Amino acid sequence: MAAVEQTIVETQPAPVPKITARSVDMYYGEKQALFDVDLDVAERHVTALIGPSGCGKSTFLRCINRMNDVIDGARVEGTIMLDGENIYDKALDVVQLRARVGMVFQKPNPFPKSIYDNIAYGPRIHGLTDTKDELDHIVATSLEKAGLWNEVRDRLQEPGTGLSGGQQQRLCIARAIAVSPEVILMDEPCSALDPIATAKIEELIDELKENYTIVIVTHSMQQAARVSQFTAFFHLGKLVEYGATENIFTNPTDERTQGYITGRFG
Amino acid sequence: MTDIAETRTTPLAAGRAADRIRKRYAAERRFRLYGLVAVCVSIAFLALMLLSIVSKGYTAFQQTMVYVDVHLDESVIDPKGSRNADDLARANYGALIRKTVAGLFPEVSGRRDKRKVRKLLSPGATYDVRAMVMDDPSLIGKRISLWVPASDDFDQLLKGNIRRDVPESDRRVSDKELAWIDSLMEKGLVEKQFNTRFFTAGASQEPELAGILGAAVGSFLTLLVTFLVSFPLGIMTATYLEEFAPKNRWTDLIEVNINNLAAVPSIVFGLLGLAVFLNFFGLPRSAPLVGGLVLALMTLPTIIITSRAALKAVPPSIREAAFGMGASRLQVVVHHVVPLAMPGILTGSIIGMAQALGETAPLLMIGMVAFVADIPTGFFDPATALPVQVYLWADSAERAFVERTSAAIMVLLAFLFIMNLFAVYLRKRFERRW
Repeated sequence: MAAVEQTIVETQPAPVPKITARSVDMYYGEKQALFDVDLDVAERHVTALIGPSGCGKSTFLRCINRMNDVIDGARVEGTIMLDGENIYDKALDVVQLRARVGMVFQKPNPFPKSIYDNIAYGPRIHGLTDTKDELDHIVATSLEKAGLWNEVRDRLQEPGTGLSGGQQQRLCIARAIAVSPEVILMDEPCSALDPIATAKIEELIDELKENYTIVIVTHSMQQAARVSQFTAFFHLGKLVEYGATENIFTNPTDERTQGYITGRFG
Repeated sequence: MTDIAETRTTPLAAGRAADRIRKRYAAERRFRLYGLVAVCVSIAFLALMLLSIVSKGYTAFQQTMVYVDVHLDESVIDPKGSRNADDLARANYGALIRKTVAGLFPEVSGRRDKRKVRKLLSPGATYDVRAMVMDDPSLIGKRISLWVPASDDFDQLLKGNIRRDVPESDRRVSDKELAWIDSLMEKGLVEKQFNTRFFTAGASQEPELAGILGAAVGSFLTLLVTFLVSFPLGIMTATYLEEFAPKNRWTDLIEVNINNLAAVPSIVFGLLGLAVFLNFFGLPRSAPLVGGLVLALMTLPTIIITSRAALKAVPPSIREAAFGMGASRLQVVVHHVVPLAMPGILTGSIIGMAQALGETAPLLMIGMVAFVADIPTGFFDPATALPVQVYLWADSAERAFVERTSAAIMVLLAFLFIMNLFAVYLRKRFERRW
């Protein structure tokens, strides 16, 4: 296979990689969805994955917490290391992995339970707390971190599905934070939201990167430019170009990248 | 290009466009009309059926009673004066009733007429007097007054089902009997009362003594077994097949077979029950346990299919959310998928149970069609079920069983109605939005 054109332009001291993917191939049954992807995700930074529909960016994201395991016939080759540990190692427990790598989905998907129970679900199943007070504390701090506390503090027992779309998505972020993950994966978290709710989520992502490593898939190049420090451009299952966001957007080396960000295709 | 420009400039409702729109609206109106007609026709059929059942059956809830004075003669009931329960039970209460009737009609003479006049009262009169004495032996020696059931012909005459204006030879009640009945009525000793016996008695050869309770209890016990067997089995099967089983040739085969089982005629399940539960395992005949097991086999495919559909309808986003939180497959299923599918599962199960409640054919094969006078008290007692009771009564010759058949159908329909209502309630209760 021809070498993938790929350039990493160093503009600042290279941050510590949290996730290291090496020659990742991914198959849905017979169909290959990812071809030989090498990618380092920087710790406590936001990495954006962009590219046209069906380019494999969401597939790659789902490889990071093994969400593809659930799909029949899905298969991953190559290695993805989280802090030097291969997450596809047979000895690794996928439940533990997902506690360390949280996920926020495209469509807000709160459980049809109360706001409190939505947040408390993760800590409960992972046995993170012993007392009701500790759980209350986790729920409160998670909602605070997700910027939702002031809006819902008086109605924690109301159903999470009764919130507005933007609030539901922040609830899902709070739910992911509640188990103190190291990495948060976001799969087009704003695609179902209006611009104001989107702005709030983006602000939130900016705050969260102080404590969490964030990988975000987005269709909006403006969003990638606004929130991310690193950007990876995928095309037809291949990682075409990866580097600091400002370089990708101002000075792309690959013509496909240039074509995409200038809106010639995608 | 000019065409497009033209249509753009013509007003909205003109020419062929207006024609098309009119046609489209007309088609919609026609379609609605067809739908409305279909609904009306089905409601009319339902109303017709209910009307025919109720108009035939409502009289069964009343029973003609005769007010009699009975002298509880100690020399007849307990000549030894021991007040021993066995002696009291065996005493000749018929003689007391005979005396009472003779007192009411002193003018009747001759053995045949005397017997005929006694036949105006139901044999139940004797049982009622005995029950009173057994309850309270201190009544012995006193005179008591009580309402006793009239015979079925007497009852049917009063309800107008046996008509007075037909010639005597075509009438089940002779002119003589008519005269006796009229004299009783003149004395004000006859009254139609609410038929409590219908709801408290088991089957009987005498229509005026026959009740629905035995069959209702039989149905209840049978359905309890059906529920306890088919509900857990059905849910576990559906959940396993839907959530855990790999999708391969074997699970496809199982799925096809389950769908086929749902279409198997119920009498075949009866034969299966006969061969397996009675002949092979040697379980007792006519028992609710066996009936329940057979009906469970019959209900199982329905429950599995509806439960699988309900599980499938749970949105994938909820599963993803739970998996994303690090829930194991079991946790995803137990905490999220099954609770969300519960309304659908319960509705399906109750519809399956309602089907089982109305099922007759398989019960015939395992002997639940027998005449059972006693009310069953356990899963191994001989019993019948409501639909079987309807079948048995519909088959009986006496005129009075006609109204009782319809009344039994009403009871059966009431049970079905309650079960369906319960299904609706459960669905509303467990329904959650997402």
